[in-house]
Amino acid sequence: MSTLEFRNVVKKYHLRGGWRGTTLTAVNDVSFTLEAGKTIALVGQSGSGKSTIAKLLLQLERPTSGQILFDGKTVPRHGRGAREYRDHVQMVFQDPFASLNPFHSIEHHLARPLILHGKAKGRAEVQAGVRRLLERVRLEPVDDVAQRRPHELSGGQRQRVAIARALAPEPSVLIADEPVSMLDVSIRLGILNLLATLQREENLGVLYITHDLATARHFSDEILVMYRGEIVERGPSDDVILNPQHPYTKLLAEAAPNPERRLAR
Amino acid sequence: MTRRHDSDPVLTIENFSVDYLGERTVHAVKNVTLSLGRGEILGLAGESGCGKSTLAYGVARLLKLPGMVTSGTAEFHSREGQTIDLRALAGEDLRAFRWNKMSMVFQGAMNSLNPVINIRAQMEDIFTTHRPEIDKDERRKLCGDLLERVGVDRSRLRSFPHELSGGMRQRVMIAMAMALGPQVMIMDEPTTALDVVVQREILREITRLREELGFAAIFITHDLPLLLEISDRIAVMKDGEIVELGDAVELYANPKHDYTKRLLASFPSLTGKRGDFIRSGLPTGLLDVDAVVPVDVVARQKRGGSDA
Amino acid sequence: MTSTSALDPSIAVSGMKRKSAHALMPSVSPKLIAGLSIAGAIILFGLIIPLFVSNPTKVDNIGLSAPAAGHILGTTQTGQDLFGQLAYATRGSLIIGFLVGIIAMILSGFFGIVGAYAGGWLDEAFSLFTNVMLVIPGLPLVIIISAYVPQKSLLILAGVLAITSWAGGARVLRSVTLSLRNRDYVAASRVSGEKTWRILLVEILPNLVPILASQFVFAIIFAILGEAGLSFLGLGASGSLTWGTMLFFAQNGLSLRLGAWWWFVPPGLLIALFGAALSLINFSIDEIINPKLRDQTRSARKKWQLSKSELKKLELEDVR
Repeated sequence: MSTLEFRNVVKKYHLRGGWRGTTLTAVNDVSFTLEAGKTIALVGQSGSGKSTIAKLLLQLERPTSGQILFDGKTVPRHGRGAREYRDHVQMVFQDPFASLNPFHSIEHHLARPLILHGKAKGRAEVQAGVRRLLERVRLEPVDDVAQRRPHELSGGQRQRVAIARALAPEPSVLIADEPVSMLDVSIRLGILNLLATLQREENLGVLYITHDLATARHFSDEILVMYRGEIVERGPSDDVILNPQHPYTKLLAEAAPNPERRLAR
Repeated sequence: MTRRHDSDPVLTIENFSVDYLGERTVHAVKNVTLSLGRGEILGLAGESGCGKSTLAYGVARLLKLPGMVTSGTAEFHSREGQTIDLRALAGEDLRAFRWNKMSMVFQGAMNSLNPVINIRAQMEDIFTTHRPEIDKDERRKLCGDLLERVGVDRSRLRSFPHELSGGMRQRVMIAMAMALGPQVMIMDEPTTALDVVVQREILREITRLREELGFAAIFITHDLPLLLEISDRIAVMKDGEIVELGDAVELYANPKHDYTKRLLASFPSLTGKRGDFIRSGLPTGLLDVDAVVPVDVVARQKRGGSDA
Repeated sequence: MTSTSALDPSIAVSGMKRKSAHALMPSVSPKLIAGLSIAGAIILFGLIIPLFVSNPTKVDNIGLSAPAAGHILGTTQTGQDLFGQLAYATRGSLIIGFLVGIIAMILSGFFGIVGAYAGGWLDEAFSLFTNVMLVIPGLPLVIIISAYVPQKSLLILAGVLAITSWAGGARVLRSVTLSLRNRDYVAASRVSGEKTWRILLVEILPNLVPILASQFVFAIIFAILGEAGLSFLGLGASGSLTWGTMLFFAQNGLSLRLGAWWWFVPPGLLIALFGAALSLINFSIDEIINPKLRDQTRSARKKWQLSKSELKKLELEDVR
């Protein structure tokens, strides 16, 4: 059972400007635990710090203080420990247009992580691995898709490739940073359903970062509400949405478009 | 407040078509017919590429080549009983019409403000262009009134766009669109890039202003639940055509077209039963599209044929 | 699942055609064809003709003579055949042009890309160095170097020109690399554990190819014009034959006063033509970098099949 723990993490950015500049506290003493088989939603508006948390989890940024623990041990930044961490924790990025290099084929995008994480060696094994990944995210026909380049696929299909890429190292934790906010409305739920299915099949721990309360409720077991770098409310999804305690959560729930309100009028 | 679109329309669009010229002509808008009642909010829903923005730009005479209106009419029926053919307007008439009778709030409006000029100068620009007879002091007062009307403090007239938050900039854009008291406002995704909390405030302003001033609005967005809350009628667009058009409550309760059902099924219900969509009772099979690249489409491509 | 539906009115429409690496190739347009043909013809002239002409500096008793049979472009005042000279001069200028292009590209690539990707103090150091090189005035520097090395070979001249021209390109490459570095797909590669040099080579460099190509072509133009100017002032590689040195000799031989147009017109004309051809090629490359430019040209508009009056009417209304 894999557990990813975020413990009292603080992240400050020093902004240059004038003589002294200012300090921006993006993440302020945030703690949570992500366990295998569960989905946690991190809900917040832009500027709340949720994307910074994703970067910290991926070691694209270093915490100012606090710890990130995997299976109880602090995650090292270099060496074998870091590589193993990367084997277990992967991310799906928000922008399906920017997360794939327009110059390379889909095959390249999926082959590289397979090779880097030692999941396949040699041309035949790698090709088979790529095709298996494409099948899991239901992008068919696999041979055709593998040779295409990103601009030849739609946004939803690109996001499926991004998910396949994240699955290549066989991770135990998946971080999805606004995975559907840049996609067309009618395919969003399809992608989220895919993530939910994969989570069930692989018993993954999923951190779903979003600004959309409705899908957060729909797809996660627990919701953490973030505001200005802090977690202001947390609890099981239904409780947080239907019975919010914190004024900010109440504000969010009330602000979300809800046609039922009109019918009730 | 008259909202009868059939008996007393303020805008009638008939068989309107827009093409994008190029190696292969793209029919962005195909034979769209709709009418907007006086004081009505008409929601135009659809996903990216359906032609909703193109339709708005075409009607507002803002299309840039290679976009071109190829057929149809768009007529404006003013309160005074005059009928203006929007496609025939030119020169001074076009300038007089623009912003006076019909104005627009653009997508990404937050970036539509000139970053090097302060708010007051940009707002006063509207009056100096269209109401040159108003003197300086009166103009300044009007600008301040406009800002307060959209909920922004008068003192922000002196600010520059980058000193305002996204929500405030959007309110300024709405204030500017309302400045001359137009009868029709076209809003193209005015709240898309904003926080949901700010979005709620802006929507409140818009509905309140509509009650106060009685303008009609075409509200373009992909966010169907939002439209369901604020529109009187909703038109759903797909691939350049209107697939369903009707009263908002009716559309929500009894969607007729498959695409409408699919859109409704794309929004999970916030407060309903967990696992339900925004409109419960819709078949979940609607969601299993998109994943697979249809083999026949691929085969068609390989044959070198054109695709739909 | 492809669609050719229109997006925002402001984005030009493009169909989802199957393209491989050819997505990066410039679209074949009259501009590109004209540029490539002219440049190609001149390059062929410079490469092939010298194989048939033995010694362009052989003097003869004829003296200054106009074009006639035997000497297609006439002769200099010492009876040297100008046609042969022109061919050798073309070769000389082309060598300088390409040498400078390559050296400048390597220098600007190194200082621009590597520094920007590495970040931190390396980026600061490289950036400072680039800015200093940018600010040092080129012409005086070249003159000073020329004064110290009076006997210049083509190679040294190319080096001097390259040193004074790489800095501008480095700045552009640096800013583009900085933006590419923050793209999601680079972050995804880092998350996957890719080594830095591989990321640079495989993820970042391919996206820089159009800019590098454009800078390369521009460097060639600059080198040829620069060399012509320097040689005309007598600071060039006076021992070798280039378009610039031909003009220098033409000036010294009082060709203008004597009305010997066949001496100074051909090299000048070739400089202008080659520069124009390379610029045309560069415009085509620009269209890859910025696809919006594709629709604005006259040839693109021809494809719209509108009558002239319709087009005029639409252009008047165009919101620009």
